[in-house]
Amino acid sequence: MIYLDLLIGFLEVGFFSFGGAYAAIPLIRDVVLAHGWMDDEMVAYMIAISESTPGPIMVNMATYVGSVKGGIPGAMIATTAVVLPAFLIILLIMVLLKKALQNKYVKAALGGLKPCVIGIILSTGILMMIRNCNISLKAKPDVLTIGLSCVLAAVYFGSKKIIKKGISPIMLICVSALVGVVAYGI
Amino acid sequence: MSELIDLFLTFAKIGLFTFGGGYAMISLIENDCVEKKKWITHDEMMDVTVIAESTPGPIAINCATYVGYKKGRLPGAIIATLGVVLPSFIIIFLISKVFDRFLEITWVANAFRGIKIAVGILIVDAAVKMLIKMKKKPMPMIMVVCSAVAMILISIFSVNISSMVLMIASAFIGIVVFIIGSHANKGEKRG
Repeated sequence: MIYLDLLIGFLEVGFFSFGGAYAAIPLIRDVVLAHGWMDDEMVAYMIAISESTPGPIMVNMATYVGSVKGGIPGAMIATTAVVLPAFLIILLIMVLLKKALQNKYVKAALGGLKPCVIGIILSTGILMMIRNCNISLKAKPDVLTIGLSCVLAAVYFGSKKIIKKGISPIMLICVSALVGVVAYGI
Repeated sequence: MSELIDLFLTFAKIGLFTFGGGYAMISLIENDCVEKKKWITHDEMMDVTVIAESTPGPIAINCATYVGYKKGRLPGAIIATLGVVLPSFIIIFLISKVFDRFLEITWVANAFRGIKIAVGILIVDAAVKMLIKMKKKPMPMIMVVCSAVAMILISIFSVNISSMVLMIASAFIGIVVFIIGSHANKGEKRG
């Protein structure tokens, strides 16, 4: 039965996807291909859609697969399944393990994790910028994107110096979308 | 009740404007939940990020559940998580059913190229903010640089190593440094 398969398949994804969406993409690919829910080309298109629409990428993929395979109930089941493990684990930590977080060894481990997570996030951002600009040894860099990136970064970080709160992240996204339509459209 | 509605609307807004996954969302949650509404502190946000990164599941869900539970217990956690999921659920559902060739529309593709630039900036911004608030000791600074460089190298040479390996190693380093540190302190006291 498709609903049961969707439930189990996406519970599995939700449980084993450590390290955010980019770790989950290959996992979802495997689950989807193993069940024969989609072919390779469809999976690639679904990943592209999930990355470029708002919301958590994993949730987007679950909704997409669920909706294609089982309509509204399918979409709801797959989405709930992918969200449930994360939801329950955080509840568990907050309700039961609050004391464990005060343990000195747990604190020491978290102290080691913090700089590592900052490093991972920083590198993800930098890599994304490099990929946007198509900078590599082989290909020609995308000069227009490099220029736009510099201008948008200057405006975003610069606005914080001039106005107290600066431009909000949502504002930046709206402006960039507009800039994209105009600059790449011409 | 109005608090729950506020939670729902805030996280629905965050869900609607998060492109490119959870890391970009950190900036949005910081802006709304820490700076504007003061629901959680910056330190808590840092803790949630670390916990979210070390537990399975979408980071956005972890964060929403945490903030929701803190503000409104179980109903709060459910409402905030629902809020962050609902916008993308509706959008994806429509796309999967109606717009078959969605990404092939030129202006949509161009807008996404623009948004990708913003996402890169927001992710770097989230990391820089955490870096600024972190205690400036040599050991953590070295670990930030090492893990960032390691991730970039892993990606450039497309080695099949997950970030989990780095995280397990750094949790281990944290414990070892702590044990050595507390032994050194005991030694000083005895001496």
